[in-house]
Amino acid sequence: MDQPIVQTRGLNLYYGDFQALKDINLSIKPRQITALIGPSGCGKSTLLRAINRMNDLIAGVRVEGEVFIGGENIYAPDMDIVAMRKRVGMVFQRPNPFPLSIKENITFGPIIHNTLKQEGLDNLLERTLQAVMLWDTLKDRLNQSALSLSLEQRQRLCIARLLAVMPDVLLMDEPCSALDPAATQRIEELLHELKAQYTIIIVTHNMQQAARVSAECGFMLLGELVEFSETGQMFTNPTDQRTEDYISGRYG
Amino acid sequence: MRTTTTPLQRIWEFFVEKLIFLSGFTAIIFVVLLFLFLLKEGLAVFKTVSPQEFIAGKSWYPISKPPQFGILPLILGSLAVTIGAAAIAVPFGVASAVYIAEVAPPRLKEYLKVGIELIAAIPSVVIGFIGMVALAPIVANVFDLPTGLTALSASLMLALMAMPTTVSIAEDAISGVPREYKEAALALGATHWQAIYRVILRAAAPGILAAVMLGIGRVIGETMAVMMITGNSAQIPHTLLQPVRTLTATIAAEMGETMRGSPHYTALFAIGIVLFLITFIVNFTADLFLRRAEARR
Ligand SMILES: Nc1ncnc2c1ncn2[C@@H]1O[C@H](COP(=O)(O)OP(=O)(O)OP(=O)(O)O)[C@@H](O)[C@H]1O
Ligand SMILES: [Mg+2]
Repeated sequence: MDQPIVQTRGLNLYYGDFQALKDINLSIKPRQITALIGPSGCGKSTLLRAINRMNDLIAGVRVEGEVFIGGENIYAPDMDIVAMRKRVGMVFQRPNPFPLSIKENITFGPIIHNTLKQEGLDNLLERTLQAVMLWDTLKDRLNQSALSLSLEQRQRLCIARLLAVMPDVLLMDEPCSALDPAATQRIEELLHELKAQYTIIIVTHNMQQAARVSAECGFMLLGELVEFSETGQMFTNPTDQRTEDYISGRYG
Repeated sequence: MRTTTTPLQRIWEFFVEKLIFLSGFTAIIFVVLLFLFLLKEGLAVFKTVSPQEFIAGKSWYPISKPPQFGILPLILGSLAVTIGAAAIAVPFGVASAVYIAEVAPPRLKEYLKVGIELIAAIPSVVIGFIGMVALAPIVANVFDLPTGLTALSASLMLALMAMPTTVSIAEDAISGVPREYKEAALALGATHWQAIYRVILRAAAPGILAAVMLGIGRVIGETMAVMMITGNSAQIPHTLLQPVRTLTATIAAEMGETMRGSPHYTALFAIGIVLFLITFIVNFTADLFLRRAEARR
């Protein structure tokens, strides 16, 4: 069996006095898709953002416990947060390409990490845009603004921009919620392709989506990780009554 | 529930509406009349000199006989002071804006903003006075000059005057960059500084350019302070360490001594037209950039 690549131990997170995560213990296996589900406000985004320390940006956040990425505690005092974020990238709910050209979006990571020469500009553009199935559409307009793209294309570009730095883990916070059903389906297909190489953790409001794409699934409620198991099992035979209530649609 | 309007309310509404229309309209009329007056008085100068001689003439001797009305030294004087001020105010202003918007802790940020507002509240005559008694001797000393009243001293003080406009508008532009861009950059492993100069500053670029233009607009139109610090010598400047005289200071200093309708009088109005055009272009460009900035949100 594979070693877990992401692991949390006794993770508590507070926004000021409000405790948003309560004693989260989680183990994520590499190169598969893990979904986090739960009603609005239960802490899914907070948990995801705790895994690459994006919560550090918010004033008044306090974290207790440990999060291990490949065996290293990222909340250890001597942690190099910038280097860690290169390994644990994030795709956001609202597609947020930079207001620069398509090319500059892709080269952003490799330029700041000094890896552009090594891979070569042409290889980089082709590899990343091929991976998100945008190469054929965009290869002749790489200098256009990324803001000229459709929402779906923007989200794909954001994923491509992330693949350019070759992270180990992709954190995705409701990556399809701004997209229509057809675009959602295509992004899901993309996730299936990507999981061969990347570990993906996806937050979703949509239980069908979790059921379709993930191998394992966590159900959260009011800051607790209520249940974490193999997806098929969670949706057919949950062990916790609260999970069953949620899955059968008894809360929002 | 629907409310019905009484006849009295309707009459009231009618009057208020007309009154507002009238005030807006009057403001526009005044601007137009002002501009027409400026044109009428100013264009008359071309009975005495050709436009060519006026704009490109190298000597401004309005009271010699025959008088010479070449404003090139004045244009270059204004330009020297303005470019000098911009060269100082732009880097410092943008750096302060970045610091306030992105780096300073919240408390300090508030203090700094108030401090910047305070600079804006200093009357320009006070700035001129400080420049004259405090800065000019230092400049004279450091560069070993006969007088410290030079384009450089004026540039330094005007940079100070341009700072509030530049900083506060640039700071707005930087703070207005959606935080999603910054988050995206950090999530790719960028440092805070890399996120600032590779993403945030570029996203805010139109707003920052507008800030710079408006700051420059403030400097071009400034009169009192430059009159006190530039040394007021109408010669073509070769370095910033020479005394110069600006368009604005010329009008202010000489208008009192002219006779209405005389060539000198019309020449000063013509300088007014030139100033008007320059300021208009600068402000218009700033406005264009601001619109671009809006469109990016
Ligand atoms: N910056 C913040 N300051 C204070 N409280 C916050 C902050 N961000 C989130 N919270 C609170 O923390 C809890 C968890 O929020 P979080 O965004 O993680 O939920 P979520 O499960 O992602 O919800 P959604 O499905 O609506 O995205 C919520 O109660 C929310 O109000
Ligand atoms: Mg969320």
